[in-house]
Amino acid sequence: MTSDAQIVVDQVSHRYRPPSGREVLALEDVSLSIQNREFVALLGPSGCGKSTLLYMIGGFLPVVAGSILVDGKPVGGPGPDRGVVFQHFALFPWKTVKANVLYGLERTQLPRSEREQRAQSYIDMVGLTGFEDSYPSQLSGGMKQRAAIARTLAFNPQILLMDEPFGALDAQTRSLMQSELLNIWRRTPKTVLFVTHDVQEAVFLAERVAVMSARPGQIKALIDTKFDKTDPHIFKSKAFVDKVDEIWGLVRDEAVKAQASRRQ
Amino acid sequence: MKAALIRYSPLLILAVAWQLISHFELVSSTALPPLTQIGGAWLDLLTSGELEKNAAPSLYRGGVGLLLAIGFGSVLGIAMAWWRPVNVAIGPLVEVFYPIPKSALIPVTVIWLGFGDGSKILLIFLGCMLPVIIGAFNGARSSEQVLVWSARSMGASRLRMIWDVVVPSALPDLLNGIRTALALAFILMVTSELIVAREGLGNLIGFLGANGSYAAMYAVVLTVAFLGFAADRIYQLLMHRALAWRETAAT
Repeated sequence: MTSDAQIVVDQVSHRYRPPSGREVLALEDVSLSIQNREFVALLGPSGCGKSTLLYMIGGFLPVVAGSILVDGKPVGGPGPDRGVVFQHFALFPWKTVKANVLYGLERTQLPRSEREQRAQSYIDMVGLTGFEDSYPSQLSGGMKQRAAIARTLAFNPQILLMDEPFGALDAQTRSLMQSELLNIWRRTPKTVLFVTHDVQEAVFLAERVAVMSARPGQIKALIDTKFDKTDPHIFKSKAFVDKVDEIWGLVRDEAVKAQASRRQ
Repeated sequence: MKAALIRYSPLLILAVAWQLISHFELVSSTALPPLTQIGGAWLDLLTSGELEKNAAPSLYRGGVGLLLAIGFGSVLGIAMAWWRPVNVAIGPLVEVFYPIPKSALIPVTVIWLGFGDGSKILLIFLGCMLPVIIGAFNGARSSEQVLVWSARSMGASRLRMIWDVVVPSALPDLLNGIRTALALAFILMVTSELIVAREGLGNLIGFLGANGSYAAMYAVVLTVAFLGFAADRIYQLLMHRALAWRETAAT
């Protein structure tokens, strides 16, 4: 089953030592396989280590225990095969929208005019036409996130790693962005790993949802969530609502546990 | 224009008060010559070429010392923030050197490099480098982890990432450090010339004071003050422009 998987996480544990205090076991024995072109959501209470796992796949944190393979090769450092969209956008504040989008294209072999054209087409795609020369500080939260997504998509990574990318957005923008992301994924099929703590978002976006337990993070359940996402009434459909309820049940237990351990 | 007038009105009031005090001889006119007399002395210094002849070496020393300090200080500060060995090697030196009054080093630099430009440039370089190092270090350390990660994940090498992310992140603190260094350059320039030099604005102030030409002495002091003020204003303008991306907050 794992033979044609694009990302294979095998028995990964992760410990870290906060600046003050005892060592924390953030992830314990996590295994997860993600197929080529699959959209998987990583769902769990805050502090369960889901972002940690994403950063390990991204190559930002070292894999000490267990292994992570991407396209059959162990993850060394970060690289442009895995595009990352961070929770707080991580746009370069000293660069304009266009310069930000161009940044990821600078190291491709494309000629300059081609890069310009590509940057513009992704800016247009995320609806930021006319804001090419704006600095991030001049944009709203939703616009910043769209710029960040355009920047990541522009250099065409095969894998998209998204860390609660819509967490900081208002409900309306968030819903628009979710539909937009699904459109993009359908048009340019990529493997997506999407971290969130929002059950409805996970069920709506992903084909499979990995539910994580409270710290130390483990994969508690893997749930199939394939629906017809183009159905405008999907949120009211019984199948959808039941699925959300089912997963809610799993997450709620963990959220309560996480709460309790934080109070100690 | 009107705003500037209001902003600098305290200076205007001070000038009027100065003129009145010396006009009615409330203090002796040697201690505080009337501004009109100082203005006359300034014109004399200018037409005789005395002022320009001394300003040129001063500005040369200040400029070269400051530029060297900016160059070396920025590189050292950023290197300290990103490579531990550099921090281990240089950190303690900076800490010990920082509180030393740099003017105490004037005789030392003179022993090393003599009475000419070299000793002044070295002193200004050493003194100005510290605020630049500290600004660059603090700024570089404040660069956000996600921006560093972001650049790396888009294929930037480590060195490239330093240039693309750490340097611009350090810029606000670094530019403030350079502003402090700019003021310090003027202080060290005049002090060093006042103590040991054959020419320069500081030297001219000392010479005119010793000869009792107080109006002319004041003229040079005010010239130095104006040069320092103008340099700071121009610098602030450039700094504002360089950091424009930061100040365009969403409305």
